[in-house]
Amino acid sequence: MAADIATGVRADGARRRRGRAVRLSNGDRVAMAFMVGIPVLVTGALIWFPTFASIGLSFTNWDGIGGLHTIHWDGTTNYRQIATIYPPFWPAFRHNLYWLAALAFIGTPLGMFLAYQLDKRIRFSRFYQSIFYIPVVIAPAIIGLISELILSPQQGLVSSLFADPRHGHVIDWLGNPQKALGAVLILACWRHASYVMIIYLAGLKALDPSLREAAAIDGASGTRTYFKVVLPALKPINIVLVVITVIEALRAFDIVYIINRGRNGLELLSVLITANIIGEASRIGYGSAIAVVLLTISLVPIIIFVWNSFQEEA
Amino acid sequence: MSDERPQSSDQEGLDRQVSRRTLLVSGATGAAALAGLSASGAAARGFASRALDSVSADSVTLASYEENAGIPALAADTKLFTKKYGIDVKTHTFAHGPFQEQINSYLQGHPDDVFTWFAGYRMQFFAAKGLATPIDDVWKVIAPQYAPAFKAAATGLDGHQYLVPTKNYPWAVHYRKSLWKEKGYTAPKTWAQFIALAKKMQADGLTPIALTDKDGWPPMGWFDIINMRMNGYQFHVRLMAGKLSWDTPQVKAVFNKWAELFPYYSEGILGLTWQDGAAQLENKQTGMFFLGSFLTGAMKPANAKDVDLFPFPIINPKWGQDSIDAPIDGNMLSKKPKNIDAAKKLVAFLGSAPALNAYLKINSGNLGTNKHTNTSAYTPLQRKGARLIASTKHIAQYMDRDTRPDFASTVMIPSLQSFISNPGSVDSLVKSIQKQKVAIFGS
Repeated sequence: MAADIATGVRADGARRRRGRAVRLSNGDRVAMAFMVGIPVLVTGALIWFPTFASIGLSFTNWDGIGGLHTIHWDGTTNYRQIATIYPPFWPAFRHNLYWLAALAFIGTPLGMFLAYQLDKRIRFSRFYQSIFYIPVVIAPAIIGLISELILSPQQGLVSSLFADPRHGHVIDWLGNPQKALGAVLILACWRHASYVMIIYLAGLKALDPSLREAAAIDGASGTRTYFKVVLPALKPINIVLVVITVIEALRAFDIVYIINRGRNGLELLSVLITANIIGEASRIGYGSAIAVVLLTISLVPIIIFVWNSFQEEA
Repeated sequence: MSDERPQSSDQEGLDRQVSRRTLLVSGATGAAALAGLSASGAAARGFASRALDSVSADSVTLASYEENAGIPALAADTKLFTKKYGIDVKTHTFAHGPFQEQINSYLQGHPDDVFTWFAGYRMQFFAAKGLATPIDDVWKVIAPQYAPAFKAAATGLDGHQYLVPTKNYPWAVHYRKSLWKEKGYTAPKTWAQFIALAKKMQADGLTPIALTDKDGWPPMGWFDIINMRMNGYQFHVRLMAGKLSWDTPQVKAVFNKWAELFPYYSEGILGLTWQDGAAQLENKQTGMFFLGSFLTGAMKPANAKDVDLFPFPIINPKWGQDSIDAPIDGNMLSKKPKNIDAAKKLVAFLGSAPALNAYLKINSGNLGTNKHTNTSAYTPLQRKGARLIASTKHIAQYMDRDTRPDFASTVMIPSLQSFISNPGSVDSLVKSIQKQKVAIFGS
């Protein structure tokens, strides 16, 4: 009996599958092949191939000139050298972490705070909104240029206002390796906060007002309402913010590159990759090894995120 | 990177625009690298190549890194060329720094027939990689127009010629005549006099010596000259070629000697560009600026006329002042020029006296390398620079042209910057340089 039912179910399932297959016209099949095939090809060509090529190249010594036969297998030499004798590597590694910390503990909370304030329908709300959002509209490279105008020791605003560059006394935040990162992180947070603000504001606007009204009727204070009602209700947005923050911290590049090519206290993993691969130097294997390190670091938040989102779906 | 052209402040905006565009390109590549896309030397190739322009039989393409006054100066040359040979020249002007950074992929992609480049190891490196066309036949014709040193500088490791030199400039200590006259300073001959003068300037409320290092390359000139003054030219050549160790007493002595100057340098060295240094000289807030003579290009013409130079002082009498950095620029043929005859005519012409005369009239921060260059049109500063180079026994090309590009850019720039922020830690610095040198040179 049980076997009958089982076969019955199986037969039924098989029939249904066949039935569905029959209903697919040739046109549908072509369309499906395109819809699946093109993204597979694109991700394969633009993501998976370069990723594996980088991983492969990171074990080689190559100056990027000539055919594949000029690539020499080098084992783990690049990794060993990066970790032991390449002075900019560990500072770069640390700076990426500082960057992440600054965005996570200053930039993102500041953006959320601004969004929360703007959501209160204060006067000139739209005006503030535009002002706060401008840094996102400006390209990071321009932010780098602005930083020059403000912080350049010889001609910059800060130095001219608070020191005397005409007589050789300057305020040099960008040139001082101890201060440069701080100055740049302020700029990065400024930009990041406005990005976070706009996303979070959209989330707040979409929030059902009755939730807050209910909390208010129950006598909850503003802060309490925020932490007990609003914040949990916006969980999907919060996850997006976490992801954005991590991505922004790991891909940081433009601002430091335009300021001083990411040297002298502004080293980041991304600029070390560029300096080794893109420049006249062309240490392809060496740069690839740094790229693999960055990829490995990036995988940690990505895996946590993917794991989290699949868990929620299950 | 020792070869930034003169820049006037009103050109700066334009300059920055250009560098922003190239930055976006590198930014995109950087982001790609993050996604694991680092294997994409090919990505940069597309940006640098200019293959889409049509090439007819009576035209030739030229890639140039000229900036500011160099652009119209070169345009005057190509116009003369077209007039003389009836061959059209299509010039593609690239931003100076990015052109150097993308040279690898540029030369492997679809390069122009002729491209501007630098003599010395930097030329030999690409010639040895088969990315340039030998032009021995051109040299058979033009050799009498050049001093032997220029031919040597144009010759690859395989003994063939690959470059026709156009211009060079000396690295020397520059100062403003009017300021020195007012304060009664005289050019120092020895290290002790140099220090004494610096002390005097400091007492007079000046920044004695300008040093700027935001660009990364200017301190290489300081290392070069102190090294050549203390250890001689051959030591410089062998050290740059990777044949000598860096953690030796000789190299440490260079850094320690250099460290004596730090009390007299500009404030905020690592945040200043060379143009900032030129401005300090122009404003008479600094007494001396050691840089290539091209620095006058960043000044107002009236002030530029007030600039004079003296060779870097003697440290070891054994060597005296027998060496100088005087980098040579020139033109090369790419691997497979589409119009090889016209290309050869063009490289020869750009190095000829008529072309140089026309060029230097517009861009006067340089000197013509051709014997027949009209020196009577030189400014006093140019004349002095030319005399200085002619009377100096050994001409070096500058650290980033005399050594491997990867060593210069990924090891020496950060190392010299770390020396500047911490001049006291010479021992650990030279050890670190040596380890990286072994990793790059393989010995």
